[in-house]
Amino acid sequence: MSNPKTGVKDWAASKAKTTARLGYWTAAWVATMAVAAFGPRLIWDFQTALTILAVLVNLGTGFGMVAATRTYLRTLDELQRKIFLDAGALTLGVGLVCGLSYELLEDIGLISFEPEIAHLVILMCLTFVVGMIAGNRRYR
Amino acid sequence: MKNRLKVLRAERDWTQAQLAAELEVSRQTINAIEKGKFDPSLPLAFKAARLFGLSIEDIFQDGTSS
Repeated sequence: MSNPKTGVKDWAASKAKTTARLGYWTAAWVATMAVAAFGPRLIWDFQTALTILAVLVNLGTGFGMVAATRTYLRTLDELQRKIFLDAGALTLGVGLVCGLSYELLEDIGLISFEPEIAHLVILMCLTFVVGMIAGNRRYR
Repeated sequence: MKNRLKVLRAERDWTQAQLAAELEVSRQTINAIEKGKFDPSLPLAFKAARLFGLSIEDIFQDGTSS
């Protein structure tokens, strides 16, 4: 699609395309993660070869998702990229600080259960969402 | 940094969305620049200057200078 006045390629259309591609890769990564997590127990009875294959496919899809994120970032304009990167930096900081403190809690006997990586992932997702909302509100 | 983007856009009877399409950015970015909440990069400032047929200084001014 082109802008009728300047003939330049429609930036919004290309952004929509990379956004959709990132969505597909993310969905594929979640699906392959589910297969790798539940497949050994529920589908192929812990056959090592199939389990290794499932993990490799999940890893490959994960790297595909990272590459799609990189492409997506390149199609954002400078303000959107700033909002995205600010939220990412906040997420990295909160994840690192809270993750290490959470791990420490068990080591020093303040909690009796073993820290779950899922709790950290949930915290990081929520932090990213809050960062994106705050960034978008700031530049509204 | 101050800018005359809103005035120049109004003179040409363009909407924020039209200007955004010309500069290949989002309407949110045009709005943030016009309100002085976000300073554009040098490449985007040059692009705007080319579009309006003006120099960068004609569009963007240092907010601290008198």
